[in-house]
Amino acid sequence: MVSFKLVSAVRLGIKSLRLHKLRSGLTMLGIIFGVCSVIAMLAIGEGASYEAQEAIKKLGSNNIIIRSVKPPEETRQSGNMGRTFLLDYGLTYADGARLASTIPGVGRVLPMRIIRESIRYDQNEVACQVIGTLPFYKEIVGVDVLRGRFLTDADELHHNNVCVLTAGLASRLFPYQDPLKMSLRVASTYYHIVGLIQERNTVEQRAQPGKLNGEPLDNNVYIPLSTARSRFGEVLIRRAAGSFQMEKIELHQMTVQMKDTSAVETADPQIRTLLKHFHTKNDYELIVPLELLRQARQTQRIFNIVLGSIAAISLLVGGIGIMNIMLATVTERTREIGVRRALGAKKRDITTQFLVETVVLSIGGGLAGVVIGVITPFLVTHFSGMKTIVTVPSVVLAFGISGAIGIIFGLYPANAAAQLDPIEALRHE
Amino acid sequence: MSRHAPHSRASAPTSSSDKDGRAIIRIEGIEKTYVLGADNIVRALRGVNLDINRGSYVAIMGPSGSGKSTMLNILGCLDRPTAGNYWLGGENVATMPDDELSAARGKKIGFIFQSYNLIAQLTVIENIQVPLFYQGADLASSYDRCVELAKLVGLGNRLDHRPSQLSGGQQQRVAIARSLVNDPIMILADEPTGNLDSTTGTEVLGMIDDLNAHGKTIVLVTHDEKVAARAHRVIHMKDGQIDREVINRAPPEPSPSR
Repeated sequence: MVSFKLVSAVRLGIKSLRLHKLRSGLTMLGIIFGVCSVIAMLAIGEGASYEAQEAIKKLGSNNIIIRSVKPPEETRQSGNMGRTFLLDYGLTYADGARLASTIPGVGRVLPMRIIRESIRYDQNEVACQVIGTLPFYKEIVGVDVLRGRFLTDADELHHNNVCVLTAGLASRLFPYQDPLKMSLRVASTYYHIVGLIQERNTVEQRAQPGKLNGEPLDNNVYIPLSTARSRFGEVLIRRAAGSFQMEKIELHQMTVQMKDTSAVETADPQIRTLLKHFHTKNDYELIVPLELLRQARQTQRIFNIVLGSIAAISLLVGGIGIMNIMLATVTERTREIGVRRALGAKKRDITTQFLVETVVLSIGGGLAGVVIGVITPFLVTHFSGMKTIVTVPSVVLAFGISGAIGIIFGLYPANAAAQLDPIEALRHE
Repeated sequence: MSRHAPHSRASAPTSSSDKDGRAIIRIEGIEKTYVLGADNIVRALRGVNLDINRGSYVAIMGPSGSGKSTMLNILGCLDRPTAGNYWLGGENVATMPDDELSAARGKKIGFIFQSYNLIAQLTVIENIQVPLFYQGADLASSYDRCVELAKLVGLGNRLDHRPSQLSGGQQQRVAIARSLVNDPIMILADEPTGNLDSTTGTEVLGMIDDLNAHGKTIVLVTHDEKVAARAHRVIHMKDGQIDREVINRAPPEPSPSR
């Protein structure tokens, strides 16, 4: 039976390898390392990419985020001491209205005013962001209302002095009290706390362009947009040493939610054109999470290719090591080959014998490499906290390559063994 | 074992076969020429004719350079002649391609080497099985036969031993068992007692005698007169040809059984 012959051949191969355990073990090391590194490195890369992509996805792949940016040319002070200097820049309500009405595929446009304030209660003072926005913020951004409620249309309509806190901020300001019974003083106004929320994404929503991690985001106070307008005004005064500057800015950010992902691509240039038409300065920027996602995927692909190449090279080196050892083995066992030929072995019997031995070696190394390669990412995650994802294709690929290496690099020595002249071989040694 | 006084016969070897083909080994006009360079041609065998009957015990002797090793290689199907024919058990193996030749060799010839040539990583019983393996036989069903052969040579209680755990004589006995496993037409022995002391050597030769007594055809190459004396016919080679032949005793009647 063919399969029985194969089983016998494998057993013979294992026996022959066990003759020189140390040598076989060392030869396997190359394959073990190659296979293990393919699996582990790809797992680490996959994990890092996954986290990056999840973060981007939380920004919303259907969203285009437009941020107001202080134009660079006018940050310089023109030595006008004592004179007030009004810097007027950024997105406007008019922009929002235009976007909503003219760009096709736009679902909703969420305006936001963001003011950094230091808020104090009792002895606790925390630097936070006061975000004036509309009630549908919670749908666009993704918010879990833990207690109470979020802002409502009624709040917006009546310019209510209410606010919603993030859970982390609430616990920092009110460690012992129930926040929902308290009022918070911001600037010179008191706001009733009507709810506690948790944002679903843990990454800074107000992302820097190209960068995803901003300041840790758990210190937000949400108030109705109308209240933000009336209480805070649109002019912010900044005092710094020796200078005095005022900024007029209507909206700090707008999140444009497109109806579906395909609309995002077409809308991107259209929005840019629209804004460029109405803005003389370069005082805004677009963040397109979808684009970032694509870039992240592209980066991952390149990363995988680079890592894969490194691992492939180490596998190649392992294969050369195998070929080297098998050539030495064939020389050592020349006599044995002669004897087997005398006992009736055909050339292909000899080829098969040594090829099987080589493949057993490489697959043995492959198996060990798979085991170590699967364990290593878990250890990495355990000790460093980095996320790793072991993908089944990487395991199959690495293992398959180890088998292929055995065959490819074993073919030459096996063939050399078969071509030996039996008479010469019997005389050997 | 009675011995007649050896007498030589002149010149060409005789053919002791009858035309009905009971000579199971027939060599006709075998030549072997090695071309080592432009003007360096070695003619190892220069036309040899030899017939061997079933059940014979033939010894081949000769000084080095006589062509006896080449003769051994050709008889053993390890080498192909440059010219001539070689019928082994009715098949002409002189022109067979390598794969067929290997199969014929494994099936029809049992080798016994001077240095035993057992395979180190296999046990006694596994060594005996090797020729079977290359004939594609089912090892499971022939296992018992291998055990019987091991017992026949007195190693039935050492089936799991490795060659390194056996003495020279014991290893050669394993080699004898191995040579029998495919029930070959001919046992070809190359200086089987060369590496053994005289006592063990006598034992081994005794075993070979027994095989012959049971009908096995033996061809034995040696340089030792005393060893050759056990054979029916002693063929002396010189300069690539058969020089003379000595009949020690009458060959057995060709019998149908081996």
